[in-house]
Amino acid sequence: MPEARLGKRLFLQGNIAVGEGAIAAGARFFAGYPITPSSEIAHHAAYCLPKVGGIYIQMEDEIGSISAIIGASMAGAKVYTATSGPGISLMNENIGLACMVEAPCVLINVQRAGPSTGLATKPAQGDFFQIRWGTHGDHSIIALSPATVQECFDLTIKAFNFAERFRTPVFVLMDEIIGKMHETIVVPNPQDIEIENRKLATCLPEEFKPYAYNEDLVPLFAPFGDIRINKANGSGHGQDGFPDNNPDNYDRLVRRLNDKIEKNKKRICLYKTFNCQDDTEILIIAYGCSVRPALAVIEQAARYGLKIGLLQLQTLWPFPDEIILKYSRKVKKIIVPELSLGQLRLEITRYIKDIPIKGVNKVGGMSITPEDIIKVIKAGNEE
Amino acid sequence: MKYTGKKFIKKDSLPFFWCAGCGNGIILACLVRAMEENNFTQENTVIVTGIGCWGKADDYLNTHTFHGTHGRALAIATGIKLAKPSLEVIVLVGDGDGATIGGNHLIHAARRNMDITVIMSNNLNYGMTGGQYSGTTPYGSITSTSRYGHGEDEFNISELVKAAGAAYVAKETIANPLRLQKFISRALKKENGFRFVEAMSICPTHYGKENRLGKAAEMIEGLKKNSLKIDLIKDRRIDELTAKIIVGEYIDREVDGYIKRYREIQKKAQNKK
Ligand SMILES: Cc1ncc(C[n+]2csc(CCOP(=O)(O)OP(=O)(O)O)c2C)c(N)n1
Ligand code: SF4
Repeated sequence: MPEARLGKRLFLQGNIAVGEGAIAAGARFFAGYPITPSSEIAHHAAYCLPKVGGIYIQMEDEIGSISAIIGASMAGAKVYTATSGPGISLMNENIGLACMVEAPCVLINVQRAGPSTGLATKPAQGDFFQIRWGTHGDHSIIALSPATVQECFDLTIKAFNFAERFRTPVFVLMDEIIGKMHETIVVPNPQDIEIENRKLATCLPEEFKPYAYNEDLVPLFAPFGDIRINKANGSGHGQDGFPDNNPDNYDRLVRRLNDKIEKNKKRICLYKTFNCQDDTEILIIAYGCSVRPALAVIEQAARYGLKIGLLQLQTLWPFPDEIILKYSRKVKKIIVPELSLGQLRLEITRYIKDIPIKGVNKVGGMSITPEDIIKVIKAGNEE
Repeated sequence: MKYTGKKFIKKDSLPFFWCAGCGNGIILACLVRAMEENNFTQENTVIVTGIGCWGKADDYLNTHTFHGTHGRALAIATGIKLAKPSLEVIVLVGDGDGATIGGNHLIHAARRNMDITVIMSNNLNYGMTGGQYSGTTPYGSITSTSRYGHGEDEFNISELVKAAGAAYVAKETIANPLRLQKFISRALKKENGFRFVEAMSICPTHYGKENRLGKAAEMIEGLKKNSLKIDLIKDRRIDELTAKIIVGEYIDREVDGYIKRYREIQKKAQNKK
């Protein structure tokens, strides 16, 4: 990002904060295709990237966009794209390609109301499962979700760090509300921003294997053009990158691709708690735009004589089941507000069996209000 | 022949997975010789393949390679070249991959004049998946999905890529490997813009068998017989051109190429306050 902006307080739109975060993280390659409500991220990239020697390219569609960033990533660039649900639907095949060739990349999804073209300018949180399971086959994925403009900046940097660290696609799951709103954020000084880069191979060229197994489960990287020859392969491959359809080899490969993320859950699962006390009776679990009405409820809780806490999930995938279990141990009820018919709630019910879990759900393109949440809390109390 | 191209072939990777008589081996030989002729190196070359029989060519190559998804090789290659312009990026696609599922990427990469070289193996059908019709399957052909004769007309894909704006377009059959190698070599030599070589090939296993074109040798003979040099077509009546394979250089023009254009954009951006 332009030096002048570092270390300053800025009044920014959420989408722009994502773009600034990307450039601060060292991203220098964006390929995309315009779609509301994500387009400001493309506008920002097209303006800022050439200034810092980076590349913006508008591809012919979202399939081309994800293909181009995967190619650029294997050439060594830090890459990202931004779209909304319809674009993710088109990208899905090659999200699996990124998992398979282990191409670090950041995919920003500013959610709008679906299915199909749906409501282009209205918010939704209906892509919670799409980003997890959209591409075919067993795979793992990382997804972070900001609820403030500050988090748009901070979590985008984290997303790049995780992508680089684990050589995998990472989603930043936004929504129309968080993407389009303005807030003041503090942009840290460059020396205060923690940045991770993929680990590079340093071995002799003849010893290099692009998919070598190591303790870390993440192969060391050699970019295209290196003296160590890289063979990116989306088909079943051995450690040398050449085809290998042996069942044991493939089983081991798919397990490694999953394990490298799932076994690092502790490190990846980020969250915040608000007013979670030992005697909290009602726990709200939320992410993205639904965190905001939940916070308003917390502030008013005392007025209603209720002991309410909020668990804000910043990491959605891998799913933070242990964190949810920890904070719900003593509560009597869980409330899950979300702009979907209950996707997050459904995932929570896989882990919490003995506490009532109530959803606050809207899919008409309007945000959830504190009153919507209070209504559900009160209805439960009268039961 | 002076160049063998052997230095780009991975040791112990042979024999080819391709059927006996498949045209792919000839195209690959032409490619690696042309690479050697142009002093390409293992380290500085990235070969991006599609999915299909021709898309398996990377199994035999010891350069950097990217074996991606069906139809997307050109878009992947676009990202690689833009991220690291010093690399030589070569894309290997079948007619299914490049002219059908990936047709949109092809015309846009040509229009944009991405500085990459594409070698398309056109065997008139989807070899890999059992000989179904593609965007280049001629009208009337029998394939596994056109049992009563194909009802659609085919692309002349070289004309299409030329019309889209490519810097260099040539077509030659595998019946004339020397000229095929020459065109590939010229494509690789060109510094700027999009370069496209259509290698008219054969799939004896599916297209040849279904259309009773005989064994590989007869099919190659057929390619030779039906070839017509592009500089001769002016004097021919239009009905004499049907079912002919028009071979030669369709276009060879100087263009900026996208990398050069984008560098100028970066300069403008950096000079702007
Ligand atoms: C998205 C997708 N659709 C379909 C396929 C199946 N498929 C694999 S190769 C191929 C056709 C290959 O034909 P072509 O590109 O002409 O290459 P050839 O095998 O003839 O060399 C198809 C349809 C696939 N791999 N991915
Ligand atoms: S099926 Fe056709 S294209 Fe594929 S290897 Fe056999 S002959 Fe070649």
